[in-house]
Amino acid sequence: MLGFTSKQLVGVGIFLFVIFIGVPLIINATGRWDFYFTLTSVALLAIASAGVWLTFYIGRINIGQGAFALIGAYVSAILVVKAGWSFWISLPVAGLFAAVVAILIGLPILRLRGVYFAMITLVLTQVVTLTALALPITNGAKGISNIPLPSGISLLGIPILPDFAGMENTKLAFYFTACIIMVLTYAALYRLVNSRLGHLCRSMQQNEELASSIGVNIAYIRIVIFAISSFFGGLGGAMFGSIAQSVYPSSFQVADSVNFMLNCFLGGLGYVFGPMLGTLVLYFGWDLLFEFGKYQMLIYSTILIIIIRFLPNGLLSIRFDKGGDK
Amino acid sequence: MSPLLQVKNVTKKYGGLTANNAISFDVAENEILSVIGPNGAGKSTLFKMIASFTPTTSGEVIYQGERISNLKPHIVARKGVVRTFQETTIFKSMTVRESVVVAQHLRAKASLAGYFWGSKTAKDDVTAFEKYADELLEFLGMSEISNEQASNLPQGSLRALGIAIGLATDPKVLLLDEPFAGMNHDETMNMVKLVRSVRDERGVTVMLVEHDMPAVMNISDRIVVLNFGEKIAEGTPSEIQSNEKVIEAYLGSVDDEIGM
Ligand SMILES: Nc1ncnc2c1ncn2[C@@H]1O[C@H](COP(=O)(O)OP(=O)(O)OP(=O)(O)O)[C@@H](O)[C@H]1O
Ligand SMILES: [Mg+2]
Repeated sequence: MLGFTSKQLVGVGIFLFVIFIGVPLIINATGRWDFYFTLTSVALLAIASAGVWLTFYIGRINIGQGAFALIGAYVSAILVVKAGWSFWISLPVAGLFAAVVAILIGLPILRLRGVYFAMITLVLTQVVTLTALALPITNGAKGISNIPLPSGISLLGIPILPDFAGMENTKLAFYFTACIIMVLTYAALYRLVNSRLGHLCRSMQQNEELASSIGVNIAYIRIVIFAISSFFGGLGGAMFGSIAQSVYPSSFQVADSVNFMLNCFLGGLGYVFGPMLGTLVLYFGWDLLFEFGKYQMLIYSTILIIIIRFLPNGLLSIRFDKGGDK
Repeated sequence: MSPLLQVKNVTKKYGGLTANNAISFDVAENEILSVIGPNGAGKSTLFKMIASFTPTTSGEVIYQGERISNLKPHIVARKGVVRTFQETTIFKSMTVRESVVVAQHLRAKASLAGYFWGSKTAKDDVTAFEKYADELLEFLGMSEISNEQASNLPQGSLRALGIAIGLATDPKVLLLDEPFAGMNHDETMNMVKLVRSVRDERGVTVMLVEHDMPAVMNISDRIVVLNFGEKIAEGTPSEIQSNEKVIEAYLGSVDDEIGM
């Protein structure tokens, strides 16, 4: 079905069961309601990381996803607060806006390769932060706070999306929303990678000259991929703003951009679901090390270096080492 | 009949160095034309300009009445003029078959969106690509290594893979830059036969750069000789072998190599 093997379908089934039924049951039983927020964050960060992974897939190191997450968060916030839009409409628009910005920025910078491209993307987050501080519409350092919760949407009287403000348990609602968007994101990513566009990306990643000799329009595909990548960034950022009900110039920083990239490295650049696992492990890993106080960063970095040294293909390579499956 | 491809007064300067100086010649349809010359004569540079991998400094390349120089390489490839590379140039972590499948993407009937959603046309495309890949690899005698990862192949097979990838795009003109490099005598003779059948059976016009003189004399209909960026001779293998200028400027010192 849908090009999946039965083993993969079982895996996907278990995964969906765990996130949509297992997790809520466990949280209910243990009363650890704070976990919803944690897991929602992981899901949203995983969406943005999926975008970064995609830029890796065309052989570009992207350390600028924080910029696009920030753009998405602001666009959604402005549309909801200042223009009175429904959050649900602002969400895809935020993603599209980030994608358009990516196209404009990508045109000049995507020609660069390796460390040169990486360096420029590293600056992007800071540029967007400074822009948000300077522009009147983003309210400078005060940011945009008091963003209302997502309102409902109904079509012909049938409610399609619920009104979050009228809910008792918005944490659960946000968790489900984030998980659904994450599942859709990764499903799209999986299809893309296993379709013709994905194969062309792979050819470019391995040899741009040879790719253009067989007629691949490498400049065009680079832009398309960077736009999709940033769309995911904008989407994740917009959801974050809505949950936090506020956006500040510091909502996404250079460190976040670096983390998005690390999530991909850690999970494995060869595996579509790598960034999801990477995000989960990094997020919880950091939290678990909280007890070490001032040594937290030292221990965290050391472990990361060791993992990347001994598992250069990421955590998923442990399981897939022999199967070579994607 | 007008020629399929015309090189017209093509010049390439790298700073003060003139790699190609006002080169002109025609290529007829279904011809095997070799470009020879000592190291650094400007052969690869000429091929790069024909395939638009680098712009000309002046002059132009005309293909089927249309200028193809100073465009983008993928556009020229789409028109049917495809080059292979002198250096080993492959998709390292793809198998031979995957490489040949991906190289057929220009023949796709379904849109990228169609592939994303898995449309019927897209599935038919993939089936057709795989079938053609198997045929092509069979034709090239590469069926046995079709599932090998490219990075694991020996030098001779790498050259063949480069040609397979080029052929998979369904070119009208195939530019081969040193296709026999790194091959022993038997492999070379085998490849000569293959290149000839590419022309005979698939109607592909072939241009090639080679240093292996016996192979060049054997395979070529005509030969263009470059030296220090200048065209010094053009003609059939026997004309070239007896051309004073060629012998003097280039072949004189390597009599044995050319087998005269
Ligand atoms: N990108 C470049 N920049 C500067 N000079 C170059 C460049 N490419 C080639 N050249 C110079 O142009 C001249 C012709 O090079 P070219 O590669 O075309 O020679 P060739 O005939 O293919 O030689 P070989 O038989 O060794 O492959 C050489 O002197 C080379 O150094
Ligand atoms: Mg050369």
